[in-house]
Amino acid sequence: MTASLLTVASWAVLLLLFTGFVSLLLHRRQGLMITVCFSIACVASALAIFAGFYSVSSGSTSQVIIAVGLPDLPFHLRLDPLAGFFMTVVGLLSLIVSVYSFGYVRHISAKRPVTRLVIFYALFLAGMLMVVLADDALFFLISWEVMAAASYFLVMFEDERVENRRAALLYMVVAHVGAIAILLSFGIMSGLATGFEGFHGYTFDAMRQAQFPPQWATAAFLLAFFGFGAKAGIIPLHVWLPEAHPVAPSNISALMSGVMLKTAIYGMVRVAFDLIRTFPWWWGALVLIVGLLSAVMGVLFALMQNDLKRLLAYSSVENIGIILIGIGLAMIFTSFQMPLLAGLALIAGLYHVLNHAMFKGLLFMGAGAVIHATHERNMERMGGLIHVLPWTSALFLVGCVSISGLPPFNGFASEWLTFQAFLLSPSLPSPLMKLLIPMGAALLALTAALSAACFVKAFGITFLGHWRGPHNPHIHEVNLPMRLGMIMAAILCLVLGILPTIMIDWMDKVPEQLVGTSIGQTAGAFGWMWLTPVAREHASYSGPIVFLVILSVIVVAWLLLHVRKGSIRRVPLWDCGFEKVTVRMQYTSTSFAMPIRRIFGFMFTIREQVRLDPRAAHRLFPGTIHYYLRVRDRFQVWLYRPLITASFRISRLVGRLQQGRIQAYLIYSFVTIIILLMFMR
Amino acid sequence: MEGNFWSLAPWGRGLGEGYFQYSDMNLHIAAQINSFLAALVLLTAFGMLVQKRVYGLIHLFAWQGVFLSLNTAIVGFVAGKHHLYISSVLTLSLKVVLLPYILHVLINRLRIRKEVETIVNIPMTMMIGIALVIFSYHLTAPVRELSNLVTRSTLAVALAVVMIGLLMMITRKHAVTQIIGFLALENGLFFAATSATYGMPLVVELGVALDVLIAAFIFGIFFFHIHTTFDTLDVDQMARLKEGD
Repeated sequence: MTASLLTVASWAVLLLLFTGFVSLLLHRRQGLMITVCFSIACVASALAIFAGFYSVSSGSTSQVIIAVGLPDLPFHLRLDPLAGFFMTVVGLLSLIVSVYSFGYVRHISAKRPVTRLVIFYALFLAGMLMVVLADDALFFLISWEVMAAASYFLVMFEDERVENRRAALLYMVVAHVGAIAILLSFGIMSGLATGFEGFHGYTFDAMRQAQFPPQWATAAFLLAFFGFGAKAGIIPLHVWLPEAHPVAPSNISALMSGVMLKTAIYGMVRVAFDLIRTFPWWWGALVLIVGLLSAVMGVLFALMQNDLKRLLAYSSVENIGIILIGIGLAMIFTSFQMPLLAGLALIAGLYHVLNHAMFKGLLFMGAGAVIHATHERNMERMGGLIHVLPWTSALFLVGCVSISGLPPFNGFASEWLTFQAFLLSPSLPSPLMKLLIPMGAALLALTAALSAACFVKAFGITFLGHWRGPHNPHIHEVNLPMRLGMIMAAILCLVLGILPTIMIDWMDKVPEQLVGTSIGQTAGAFGWMWLTPVAREHASYSGPIVFLVILSVIVVAWLLLHVRKGSIRRVPLWDCGFEKVTVRMQYTSTSFAMPIRRIFGFMFTIREQVRLDPRAAHRLFPGTIHYYLRVRDRFQVWLYRPLITASFRISRLVGRLQQGRIQAYLIYSFVTIIILLMFMR
Repeated sequence: MEGNFWSLAPWGRGLGEGYFQYSDMNLHIAAQINSFLAALVLLTAFGMLVQKRVYGLIHLFAWQGVFLSLNTAIVGFVAGKHHLYISSVLTLSLKVVLLPYILHVLINRLRIRKEVETIVNIPMTMMIGIALVIFSYHLTAPVRELSNLVTRSTLAVALAVVMIGLLMMITRKHAVTQIIGFLALENGLFFAATSATYGMPLVVELGVALDVLIAAFIFGIFFFHIHTTFDTLDVDQMARLKEGD
């Protein structure tokens, strides 16, 4: 059984790789290619879900060595509960997005050939599954690079635009800087595992068995955290996210944000809990602080965006922050030998991984639908779409409610669990931590509130009000497969929110593997209805009851409004006594975010200018007013610009060596030889 | 620091035994001839350094080849290494006949009448060359003490020829003279090989000889291209290819 699960998972990978070839063969028949390839992708994702789900629920670990790879360095595969959990997440979202892609890619294929998109889509999915399956540093890095390269080409898909190429390049640079750090980290660990002479420490098994000296372990962890953090988009390495996500096709953004970022979380958990295992508490504190920073700043940056997909990209930074808070707390609790709390925090983080994959996937698919329907990415020119896109708007609303952490949807469940982990931290033995961690809880609360504001804005500006665009375009609802994909994600959001107990019971094998404890006993002590993380008198939450209460309130309200005739009247809008209300007087995205921009202004680099028409007769009676606002990431200005300037300066200095004269080059080598001969005699 | 590189090389040990079958008298004469030829090689190297005419350079290069080939043959005879005769013949045919011929043809084709331009003036180049020779003797002093080969004293000359070849490439502007500099440098390496270790294995020497030949052809093709592109063979013109910022 256990070995066969790994076989199933390998089949999923092979099927996806096979899809790449199929798409090449069917290049001439784009419609058929889309149908065939995404069908295979659906089957492969279903296989991955199956393998992942059962390997977690059975808590089994299976390993296999395959005779592929470099001579004497074969690839190792392994499917354990941790890998199985992430495999399930990847499989679920890829299944949903593949269904969505039937419709979405067909729309694109009307304009351009999509063979490239399909090939790299399949490779991308295969790369993510391989990353999770890898059990040695070599195969892991190869898979990691397959994933990075495939996603680079996907970001580049519409490569005729300069901004796409720039975004893809930035993504590639950040991904590679991260990959170098990961490579070094694995190098340290494998070298310490079996000595630096041979290569046989490259398997994860060898690293698991090794005892690392603390300073080297710290170096390995910090490198891995940096490397994976670059991929996950932690602050301040998040710069590529808001560039790459908006320009990629929307099904790709859904996958990148929904699951590709999660593979980085997987890497962090794998390195910290599985490969290094014993660590001081401050590693956890570091992860926690970075998580808190990413959460708060991510959501603040998200609030300032006018581009729908850019907003979602920054919101991914926030959610990665929330996940890291869970992971960081779990590390702190583990280092203080509190396995029950560690298990709780880890479950909270991992549950958020799953939930974020669902609702962020849903939101990106919704954004893709909106952008496809309106040909517009800027929210300032949208509005009133709820009338023309009823399905999309309802499903997008589900995503917004979930991501804002409101019951009964799934965002609430995992954020609530994270809060529980926070609120139990006073039992830590260190007084410093006792003081600091409640502040973290406050920041998390702030994040939750701000993200609710952010998605009120995203939904309200996009779907409510009136159309703000310059013309009245012909907008119609998206096609069935796209709706179907979004519906699947929305249903999962609801189910994961209502039945957290069952899901936690399933996931319990992961903390059992990593921190040696399970919280399923206490969490589900009162049946599947009640989630009681630690003890009933401490806190409990019942998804089904909350759902029923909310549902009944909605039903009652609807009945009250609709049973009596005449209780709904449609009349012209009250215009507050103004002569005429135009669509330009609505709340805009910028004006909605203004109060928060004022309060948190110190976090951004803001340039705001009001310019009056100079031709006006008097200053007090201007004809037209130009308002100019530019809100920028402080990190871009403070951290990245000096870096870019410095690297340019150094390159120019080095460039001076290039004289263009052969004699000069010969002199370089001549002088070098003479000096070497003189000193190395 | 006194690491004797030559003795560590795989061919360094055991090859010295060959000459013990000859009498001391023979050895003495062989060493004398060897030194004399080394002096001639060095002399031609200096000659090339000061020679301004391209034809003169080619002739000097050919003469250097003759001395080299003679020296190889004598070392081969003394050391009883018969494969050295083959390298000697190779040197003679390649560096004395074929390469000068190719260069001649090239010069006639491209109608290079101009005298060779130098960057540093000739007396200065000579001074640098002398300094390099002294430096080479200084460098090879530890090797000379450790080695027991009959040809050991000429290692310094070989090194000096290499450096003078490089110096020639630096100080000349013309592409053809730079190639001759390169070939002279290669001569120095070959000389070092025969004098320090009684020659490299035959396979290696065949490879090197082939390399030189191919290099000459490639250079010839490049000359034509440089000539057609820039209308001159002055490599200074290539500075225009530099990437500006």
